[in-house]
Amino acid sequence: MTQALETQLNTQIKNSTSATFTKLVSKEGGFEYDLDPINICENTFAPLEVAYDYDKIRATVTRETIEAGPNSIWRYRPFLPVATDNVIDVGTGMTPLVKSTRLARRLGLKNLYIKNDAVNMPTLSFKDRVVSVALTRAREFGFSTVSCASTGNLANSTAAIASHAGLECCVFIPADLEAGKVLGTLIYNPIVMAVKGNYDQVNRLCSEVANTHGWGFVNINLRPYYSEGSKTLAYEVAEQLGWQLPDHIVAPIASGSLYTKIHKGFKEFAKVGLVEDKDVRCSGAQAEGCSPVAQAFKEGRDFVAPVKPNTIAKSIAIGNPADGVYALEQARKTNGHIESVTDAEIIEGIKLLAETEGIFTETAGGTTIAVLKKLAEEGKIDPDETTVAYITGNGLKTQEAVQGYIGEPLAIDPKLDSFERAWDRAQTLERLDWQQVLV
Amino acid sequence: MAIKVLVPTPLQKFTNNQATIEATGGNVQELIDSLESACPGIKDRICDESGKPRRFLNLYVNSEDIRFLEGVDTQLNDGDEVSIVPAVAGG
Repeated sequence: MTQALETQLNTQIKNSTSATFTKLVSKEGGFEYDLDPINICENTFAPLEVAYDYDKIRATVTRETIEAGPNSIWRYRPFLPVATDNVIDVGTGMTPLVKSTRLARRLGLKNLYIKNDAVNMPTLSFKDRVVSVALTRAREFGFSTVSCASTGNLANSTAAIASHAGLECCVFIPADLEAGKVLGTLIYNPIVMAVKGNYDQVNRLCSEVANTHGWGFVNINLRPYYSEGSKTLAYEVAEQLGWQLPDHIVAPIASGSLYTKIHKGFKEFAKVGLVEDKDVRCSGAQAEGCSPVAQAFKEGRDFVAPVKPNTIAKSIAIGNPADGVYALEQARKTNGHIESVTDAEIIEGIKLLAETEGIFTETAGGTTIAVLKKLAEEGKIDPDETTVAYITGNGLKTQEAVQGYIGEPLAIDPKLDSFERAWDRAQTLERLDWQQVLV
Repeated sequence: MAIKVLVPTPLQKFTNNQATIEATGGNVQELIDSLESACPGIKDRICDESGKPRRFLNLYVNSEDIRFLEGVDTQLNDGDEVSIVPAVAGG
């Protein structure tokens, strides 16, 4: 970015009457920085967090102004770090909050909700939220090329929304990703770098590329802005619950960003008076094959030791999570839990959600449901608590994970007797017993 | 013993804006001390008050995180490459 462009941008932000964000602040030591495309505190190397003028937000935002806004994350624009009115709105957000009956009954819970980002637009994961914010900000900075280090969903989203916005795009993914996630990126025709290594190695390479190329990396130099998009998962739940906060949430933990930003979103809504404040318990879900934060939680450690991932839950397989320590602190401070589950439990979690609620999630969602089940069985969720499980991605992208664990179609001839014979076969005693127990 | 060190942008003010410099040391700790002699002030940025590398900074020897090796006691050999990479990225 040229100095002239930077100056012009800073002037625009300062002059903007609608901009509510004021500076970047280091999460360690409180060092302050201008609103530049940077993600690291130069003194402590800690993450940078966007700071807001909450008085300004409080003075202009009401439940009514939000309800009158677009049917997307941009109804919460004053809480997001963009200065422009010309946001990239591809219909992201406002996904269903489903009141669960059958899954709730199976788990012995009375007030369970599923926040269903498996149907988030346009690429069927929560990543569309963060990317919509990041690319709007990237355009404000004048970046013409955008990029990311991704476990798959982020690459899908960055490529799709870059296409919509007319930005050049180059994404980096581990070479062993699920076919659906690779295809779901290539269709938008970006440059795709399939790196022979795990996500942490991809991430490290991208940090080095970000040093040498003048690109907007959504989850590196744009990360402070990008990550704020996850707060909309909290705002929507609060609004959909009738302007109140839940008692308990269960969300997946990969880098720890989504998990911590949901909590930030709840606190912000309370701070500006949109909801009554409440201590929301935050529980986190990890796959056992990549559970650095869950391990630290169990062992009572205040640091997260990196691990080498080995799990089918590739979308959350981050062995060296950037916000791991903050996720750890948040779980303890809010009286939540961080649990891990095996790959077999993850597959059962995917099937359980599909069979009880009709929602087909990917491995990250299977992890969340399996942890929800574990916490419920261990009595760590009060049956009366209003509990929200966050489903962050779509199962059609990770079909490999469940292949071989689900039924097959019964092949029949186009004749009535062929159907009748097959139908009789299907009515096994086991099947009948199963239905009687489950109804 | 010449070790190639890759320096991230926030630390390049200590290295005359060089992204790559050469330093010496039999292990990572000695390398950090040698960097401090050549680039005064850099050690305080790499290490916290207790003298350990900061938790948001990853150090790699030939692409392997030193936390999977011997930490700051990881041995170095002539021609090794050490990368200093900020951890806060991704997700």
